[in-house]
Amino acid sequence: MFIIIALIIFNITLLYISIAKRLNSYINLIAFQGFLLFVIAFYELSEIHIINLIFVLLETVIFKTFAIPYFLKKIIKKNKITREAEPFVSNFISLLIITTAIFISFVLATNLEANTEKVIYYSISISTVFTGLFLIMSRKKIITHIMGYIIIENGVFLLSLAVGNKMPMLVNTGILLDIFATILTLGIFVNKIGDVFKEVDVDNLESLKD
Amino acid sequence: MLLYYFLGTVILSGLIFYIRRKAFTYSFAVIFVFLQLGLTAYGIINYRQTDLSFFSIDPLAILFLIILSILTIPTFIHSFIYINNNLKLNIDKNSAIYLSSIVIFITSMTGVYLANHLVVIWVFLELSTISASVSVYLKRNAEALEASWKYVFVSSISIAFVFIGILFLSISMQEANITDLSVKTLKEHAPELNTQWLKIAFVFIFTGLTAKMGLFPMYTAGIDAKDKAPSPVSALLSTALLNAGFVAFIRFYSIFSATSIKVWMNYIMILSGLLSVFVATVYMMKVKNYKRMYAYSSIEHAGLVIMAIAAGGIGIFAAIWHLVLHSFAKSALFYQTGQVFRAFHSKSISHHGNYFRINFAGAMVLVIGFLCITAIPPSGMFITEFFILKSFFEANMTWLIIVTLILLTFIIYSFSVSVFRLLYGDNKNITDFEKINPLESATQYVFLGIVIWLGFFPPQILLDLMKNVL
Repeated sequence: MFIIIALIIFNITLLYISIAKRLNSYINLIAFQGFLLFVIAFYELSEIHIINLIFVLLETVIFKTFAIPYFLKKIIKKNKITREAEPFVSNFISLLIITTAIFISFVLATNLEANTEKVIYYSISISTVFTGLFLIMSRKKIITHIMGYIIIENGVFLLSLAVGNKMPMLVNTGILLDIFATILTLGIFVNKIGDVFKEVDVDNLESLKD
Repeated sequence: MLLYYFLGTVILSGLIFYIRRKAFTYSFAVIFVFLQLGLTAYGIINYRQTDLSFFSIDPLAILFLIILSILTIPTFIHSFIYINNNLKLNIDKNSAIYLSSIVIFITSMTGVYLANHLVVIWVFLELSTISASVSVYLKRNAEALEASWKYVFVSSISIAFVFIGILFLSISMQEANITDLSVKTLKEHAPELNTQWLKIAFVFIFTGLTAKMGLFPMYTAGIDAKDKAPSPVSALLSTALLNAGFVAFIRFYSIFSATSIKVWMNYIMILSGLLSVFVATVYMMKVKNYKRMYAYSSIEHAGLVIMAIAAGGIGIFAAIWHLVLHSFAKSALFYQTGQVFRAFHSKSISHHGNYFRINFAGAMVLVIGFLCITAIPPSGMFITEFFILKSFFEANMTWLIIVTLILLTFIIYSFSVSVFRLLYGDNKNITDFEKINPLESATQYVFLGIVIWLGFFPPQILLDLMKNVL
């Protein structure tokens, strides 16, 4: 029961992200999603080995809930990024698109699976991936692209929890994806981009084209 | 042996990074090349055996491992030429990072070829993305940063897509009570899996892998990276990494094609391949820069290969042979761009001309390379493209032959316009040319010779390997 409540709250964060205005609220929502993933993993992964479980829980708490939001805030401060998210589309259309995505993934999951709890699992993780992709496509700043990528990773992690009891190897590999890719994108490239370009904006990334 | 290989490469890459003295760096690179060749020899001797339980040496793996090991030698030769010409000093920090990332890059592609477990394949694909993006960023200017940022971002998303696909596959496996993700087990149990989940899994895996294979829709990041990377890395990206993408795809395909979704899957592959050839045609008509033109040409060849795999029958054999020949022809052309750039200090087509006068050896490479890559008869790729079209015919897709041939005609036209402009065009504006040593073109002649030789007299052992890939 706890899992389903947490999953539904997770889904609400997606709707909130689609209409949030400031970068700070994005970061807070990402941290909150990390905490929700901790709760879900704690209740869901009851059958796996205790050391593995501790590893997964530490990853969600330390990495997703504290480290990533901390570094995001640090990058924003260091590069003096303005606090507005600057979407290309209006909030109403964003909300409409995310709601449609959630609806479609729910229909899709219902067709594929009979078990209600699994349906909620799959539909929410698929719609999380959609939300991340939508954020990447519809926001202007590079930092919001990275946030979209982190949200995609949260969706992947949620999906891997659904099969985690039988195949814990997949959960661990998903964590590997999280840690490597996030450190690479956040740590190295954003700092470099901040040093080379004055405005950390996708408009700077248009010199390579045909 | 494989354990020693992985340990050895990690140690060598660390040593190259920390000890920045020319003599040491050269000897570490030579040791790495011998380690790579030694692993290949070990693989040939221990053919069809399993090592470290997640890696097995099957026909597909050994074939592309041999190609990668042959490519390793000129990669280091041309990297050192590049570094010497740009720095003229000792090895500095950036080039040390570059060389050690190339070592990791080659190791990760070896891992992709040899792995027989889906998650292990995925891990090495991720490693290849990271190391490739580091080696693209050698020049440390805004454009190289943009290219490597785009590459790392799009590749990370596509690699996440592949992982989502594997997760969907594992959901369908749970329903059939299988927990082992190795290719062999999955092939045996594939007919028991739920086809709905498999379709979703295939869509995600295929979309993700197109970034590595250089196909529509995720090809974009690779183009910028190949444009801005040093020419040896561009060559690796559009040959060995493209092969790695195809090897990973064929592993997945061999599982999925044992189920009833095979026909549906082939439609998607043909759609993606045809759109890739179309996109390559459109961009090659307007492209202003040699490296981008070669990069789009890789998209075209990848499109042909995926359509041939979808057509089946003789097509799979032709596809693998085409990949082998494409690896040699395309890398020779990319190595040559390094020399062209040094001669003219520009990659733009409009700044070039009269290359025969400036660098005869290099110009001959371009003439033969042009014949090879556009599949004009002395080239072995003529025969493979003929087989590919034959496989379309056998699959009752005559319309596909017509469309492909029309697009290929446009590609040959635009390719020849830019290459002949470089060779014979008029350029009175540029006066200071750098003299290029003809010996630097030696590896390129060897590679183009291999393309022609393998077309006329393919060794029986190679044909046997290529027939047994699936």
